[in-house]
Amino acid sequence: MIYKDYKRVLYIDLSKEKIRIDLREDLQEYLGGVGIASKLLEENIKPDLEPLHEDQPIIFAIGACSSIFPVITKTVAMFYSPLTRDLGESYAGGRMAITLLFAGYDAVVITGKCRRPSYITIKSNDVEFKDARPIWGLSTSDTGRIIRERESGEGKRSILRIGPAGENLSSFACVCVDTYRHFGRLGLGACMGSKNLKSIVSIGDKSIDIENNKEYFKAYQTIYKKVTNTDIMGKYHDLGTSVNVLTMNEKGSLLTRNLKDNRFEHAEEISGEKFAEKNLIRKVACTSCPVGCIHIGQYRKQFDDGYDYEAISVAYDYELIFALGSYIGVGTTEDLIELIEKVEQLGFDAISAGVVLGWATEAYSNGLITNNETMLPLEFGNVENYIKALEYMGMNYNEFYKTLAKGCLTASKVYGGEEYAVQFAGNETPGYHTGYGSAVGHTVGSRHSHLCNGGYSIDQSTTEFDKEKLIEYIFNEERERCILNSLVICLFARKVYDRETILLALNSIGYNLTNDDLDHISDSIYKTKLRIKKMLDFDITKVKLPKRLFETDTSKGPIDEKTTYELISSYNEKLKEYMS
Amino acid sequence: MAKVLRADGMNKCIGCYSCMLSCSAVNYKSHSLEKSRIMVKTSGGIRGRFTATVCVACKDERACEEACPSGALEKRVGGGVLLNKDKCIGCGKCVSACIVGAVFFDTESQKPIICKHCGVCPNFCPHECLRMEEVEDDI
Ligand code: SF4
Ligand code: SF4
Ligand code: SF4
Repeated sequence: MIYKDYKRVLYIDLSKEKIRIDLREDLQEYLGGVGIASKLLEENIKPDLEPLHEDQPIIFAIGACSSIFPVITKTVAMFYSPLTRDLGESYAGGRMAITLLFAGYDAVVITGKCRRPSYITIKSNDVEFKDARPIWGLSTSDTGRIIRERESGEGKRSILRIGPAGENLSSFACVCVDTYRHFGRLGLGACMGSKNLKSIVSIGDKSIDIENNKEYFKAYQTIYKKVTNTDIMGKYHDLGTSVNVLTMNEKGSLLTRNLKDNRFEHAEEISGEKFAEKNLIRKVACTSCPVGCIHIGQYRKQFDDGYDYEAISVAYDYELIFALGSYIGVGTTEDLIELIEKVEQLGFDAISAGVVLGWATEAYSNGLITNNETMLPLEFGNVENYIKALEYMGMNYNEFYKTLAKGCLTASKVYGGEEYAVQFAGNETPGYHTGYGSAVGHTVGSRHSHLCNGGYSIDQSTTEFDKEKLIEYIFNEERERCILNSLVICLFARKVYDRETILLALNSIGYNLTNDDLDHISDSIYKTKLRIKKMLDFDITKVKLPKRLFETDTSKGPIDEKTTYELISSYNEKLKEYMS
Repeated sequence: MAKVLRADGMNKCIGCYSCMLSCSAVNYKSHSLEKSRIMVKTSGGIRGRFTATVCVACKDERACEEACPSGALEKRVGGGVLLNKDKCIGCGKCVSACIVGAVFFDTESQKPIICKHCGVCPNFCPHECLRMEEVEDDI
């Protein structure tokens, strides 16, 4: 807790409908966020049981100074991923962090299984278990609306919910947070579904006295100015991450048609510029972020002759545009908005959803699967059929769709086509095919995502290829992000929160930390994550990468399979040394 | 000339709550969404519009001041009222008197939370949804 020498952890046992609160002084040395969540996961995970066993824990945690400084907005979730059968780590913005802060908790550990579909509300003076049977099966937006109408705390609450994908245990089901944000990757939605937990509402109804207001507010103002008066955050405020579409396309890094191509002929039509011109209606922000990078796009769709229109509005960004756009050959913003909306309502991770459809489309054209499995032709760019396929996948329509909902690695093991199931250790590829940095970075990253270590950015910023430097960069960034994620800043603000600024913020609220302390903390966190991966028998040298990665050029030209594995293995050597 | 707060640019609001967090920090030395004198909300979830509830700075007759039995609310020059905490008995009559809903009640201190038009929140609004307006002194 801010201004206390312990972390306040809420344990919720869904089976017994009981709670417990621990005041954990020992967690202080992990700072917060991913630090305390890793520790709590390590203590509670059951490596011998299946990822979706009811005894597995779901951990949520906020950072050491969440929400009280600009752009420190995220909550981290940690769990046993049903998609990779490895460490699951996912982040969401919205209002969850501020509501947990003001409900009085640094972390929440959820175990057990509700005896019937339920939702829980977390307040500072109560945790309630409520019937969710009538809303089981409903879309994420209907669920949100119904709970909004039933619960108190308007404006000060956060509503997490799963859709049919989570209920039906899709390995890449997401959790939707406050309509426009998500715990997207690695299948937290299935973890909630396996616990019969449809929704979690947290209400921030308490206040916290500031101990040294002068110092705190000075630090707050300095950081606020840095965020709003410099151009550090300009990209996110202006076009948003979708500005990347054209750049990635120019460079030949835009994954297209299941990565058969690295450029998309309709890139312009689905670019950030095009979205802004045709569809952008407003921007919104996560609580306590003055940047407001959440771009909402609207599409007016005619549903009948004459003047009958419906309006669909969704949040869009680069990852969604690549996955549901170029990756499956979809080339207009309108089609993209429809697909995003469908994925949202069903509660899938949009990246995985697009990438598995990409794999399935190629497998279909190769005859590995036919209409017998798919029920309809899967063709690049055929949006209508993709929408139906998503629905089939959301409801586990048949054996094929049930398997597809487990991810492209699992599906390709059953139906073939593993060479072009583009995933890293089971996690569908993010939207960067930039070179060795991205391929190695995704593989060795603790959650197999571009957000672990930004390997793609070293590809983009360097001209010569230096193996040692690359490994060094990835390793250092992986460690540094442990600190950023223990504060749980939004990573878009990683240039705002340099070490000096982090120390300014923390020390203004009573910490007494030095740069060395931060190094020490980041090591404790990274090592905890690596211990968990080991406990789950994960070994980066055993990861088999799809051939497709080496067949399609990156922005740096082709990458070589042998070199990639060499790099992974030298990273592994580095880790061994680090852990010894 | 006095200044009063106007929240007339709310169409531009992104819902960052910087206004609320800075208000409670400055005026109540508190990290809080409860102890803010301006209340931003969504109508119908985040898909809906953001609205701000804040004292509109009534001139001449102030309903809250009239409703107060103990004289704890005094007319503020230019509009609105100022709270004298020591005179306030915490009855909450001012809360129901203000039909704007701009008198909030702090259950911890049992005193109302009323905007004194200090001008902090517009400084932290990134989109100029909020502004200070110069008005004629009315008392
Ligand atoms: S709560 Fe205080 S200010 Fe409001 S009416 Fe009662 S005495 Fe007056
Ligand atoms: S608090 Fe309400 S009644 Fe009182 S001056 Fe402000 S708007 Fe008018
Ligand atoms: S600071 Fe401005 S943009 Fe942010 S919530 Fe307040 S009124 Fe809206």
